Amino acid sequence: MAEIVVKNVRKEFGSFTAVQSSSFTVRDGEFFMLLGPSGCGKTTTLRMIAGLELPTSGEIWIDGEEVSQKRASQRDIAFVFQMFALYPHLNVRNNISYPLVSQGWSRAKVRAKVAEIAGILDITDILEKPVGGLSSGDRQRVALARAIVRDPKAFMMDEPLGALDAEFRERMAEELRALHDRMGATTVYVTHDQLEAMQMGDKIVVMNHGVIEQFGTPQDIYDWPATLFVADFIGSPSMNILRTDGAVAIGQREVRLGDAVIDVPEQLAETGGSVVLGVRPEHVALDDNAPCRGEVLATEYLGTTQIVTLSTAFGDVKMRTSSGTGIRVGERVGLTFDARTLSLFDAKTGKVLLSAANRGVLAHG
Amino acid sequence: MAEVVLSGITKRFGATVAVDAMSLTIPDGAFVVLLGPTGAGKTTTLRLISGLEHPDAGEIRIGGRLVNRESPAERDVAMVFQQYSLYPHMTVRENLAFPLRSPILRTPEDVIKRKVGAVAEVLRIAHKLDNKATQLSGGEMQRVSIGRALVRDPAIYLMDEPLSSLDAKLRAELRIELKRIQAQLGATVLYVTHDQIEAMTMATHVGVLDHGRLVQFGPPREIYEAPVNLTVASRLGLPRINTLPTSLFGDAPAGAVTMGLRPEHVHQGEGKPATVVRVEHLGDQTRLHLTLEGHDIVTLTDVHTHLRAGATLPIRPRDALFFDAGGNRIM
Repeated sequence: MAEIVVKNVRKEFGSFTAVQSSSFTVRDGEFFMLLGPSGCGKTTTLRMIAGLELPTSGEIWIDGEEVSQKRASQRDIAFVFQMFALYPHLNVRNNISYPLVSQGWSRAKVRAKVAEIAGILDITDILEKPVGGLSSGDRQRVALARAIVRDPKAFMMDEPLGALDAEFRERMAEELRALHDRMGATTVYVTHDQLEAMQMGDKIVVMNHGVIEQFGTPQDIYDWPATLFVADFIGSPSMNILRTDGAVAIGQREVRLGDAVIDVPEQLAETGGSVVLGVRPEHVALDDNAPCRGEVLATEYLGTTQIVTLSTAFGDVKMRTSSGTGIRVGERVGLTFDARTLSLFDAKTGKVLLSAANRGVLAHG
Repeated sequence: MAEVVLSGITKRFGATVAVDAMSLTIPDGAFVVLLGPTGAGKTTTLRLISGLEHPDAGEIRIGGRLVNRESPAERDVAMVFQQYSLYPHMTVRENLAFPLRSPILRTPEDVIKRKVGAVAEVLRIAHKLDNKATQLSGGEMQRVSIGRALVRDPAIYLMDEPLSSLDAKLRAELRIELKRIQAQLGATVLYVTHDQIEAMTMATHVGVLDHGRLVQFGPPREIYEAPVNLTVASRLGLPRINTLPTSLFGDAPAGAVTMGLRPEHVHQGEGKPATVVRVEHLGDQTRLHLTLEGHDIVTLTDVHTHLRAGATLPIRPRDALFFDAGGNRIM
């Protein structure tokens, strides 16, 4: 298994720049997510690591070797696609054996290896079946087995769960992650589903328009987004973004929402332009005496919690609270925000302002 | 709007029983969501009410009227499908007006104009009325196709996973909008989905279907807190309810075989020592995957927990649900 280092990688297709200048490191054994909306360059990045595309410039290191201009077959990695293609005329065993047989392994060695992999993926009892009649879950497991069987340096996965329905995807995501924990194989995984990325990833790169917006652990990215794009893309519901009054000076510890003074972490940068306040739904609380007022537009029951949508003079706010809290649509309420968790963004550039709270996360992102 | 009553409805396709002796009352003005996995009979039920399918047995009444022999048009229902199908050569306005121009309805032009305007307002697409349907985003197209049902003022709206082809953000937005529109119009809605979030957030009543049978019917909170059996208990709740043998913790009512323990009801800090297998940071919540004597247990914990894989965490159940050998809940 191997470490993967991507350095200043750029990819142009004619006049279109798919990837601007990407740099990140996938540590040995990490489950690494490339996350972003369609067209953000995540799949192109993955295909460059795999060798299916060659970068226009930049370096790609796999296991200490610079491979950016090498062919896919010389990189010793395995690729799992969204539309898993199995050989329809071969049974499960022969589908999984195929990569080994074509590398000239002996029959006994192939048999032993296939048995081992089938055990890991729990498909031993379907080995002799034709692939035609398999359920989509079993097909996916066979496709995975075929990728794993070669013991490659790393796995590349391009939305491997994208074609599955929600319930089944959840289960396969758990299975995939458990498989990773057993094997410890370096894995680069592309998805547009933020929940999938949070749930499975050790690290996440968030991309947009060919640019890396942020890079870090799921919780760090969620807590301290580097840009408005990340604040909106990660989390469901997204981070609330509220218009504030006035500029921000170094050392400042509060901002104003109309008449309400909102405490924020100590600011380490200044800006003269307009600033917006970012607050996650679970960090909003109700307080009848709070000067920041809102009207309840909707409540959504979710079991133990509920999402309450409120309208305020500074934009709509969604809060997550216990479903035991009685809240009526149309009611006017006061809102407070957990000061330790707040972020301020430059409204024009979309970049977060450096504060004492997010400094640690942004330093290595 | 009207009450819709199904009594003992059965529908077979060859050897498959799609809907099995189903009785269901959709109260006037209710937002009823039928929830179940693929093949549970949700869509067939909807199609039976609309008249696109005919039952092998049982009666369907809309507003007190027996409609078994009526055609879809005579039943006065409006359907919204998963895949929006707009007329691409028409503007939004023409698409919305189309159902009203049907020869059966014969709506006067001034009424059409008023209704289209009102529905466009409600759906927040008034500024797009003169756009061609093809110039809209996916979310706008789906809103127009919902709008085409809303202009009609039928006895009941029948919606078959209308949000499932949309992306997550838009789905969340339209969930609220649909609920608001339904409440505002006092409309009767039957809505089919396999998405438990949609069921919990929008429904006044949830009907849980399994293998063509209606297993439980009631308000979302009742379904979540007092499920009648294991199937229903597993249907609602994220992460899913933990199902464990009663022998694991002991202290179960007579006849109980399985304990159902919601992730939020795993009390931490005392009890039996479980091992942390994985810590999952989802941002707003952190899930702990535990193992205890060979059983997997999922629970929630402090978002910024210091627990790591391999750690030991004592746990005991709180407010557990109990089920007998047949999976039925023991009250």
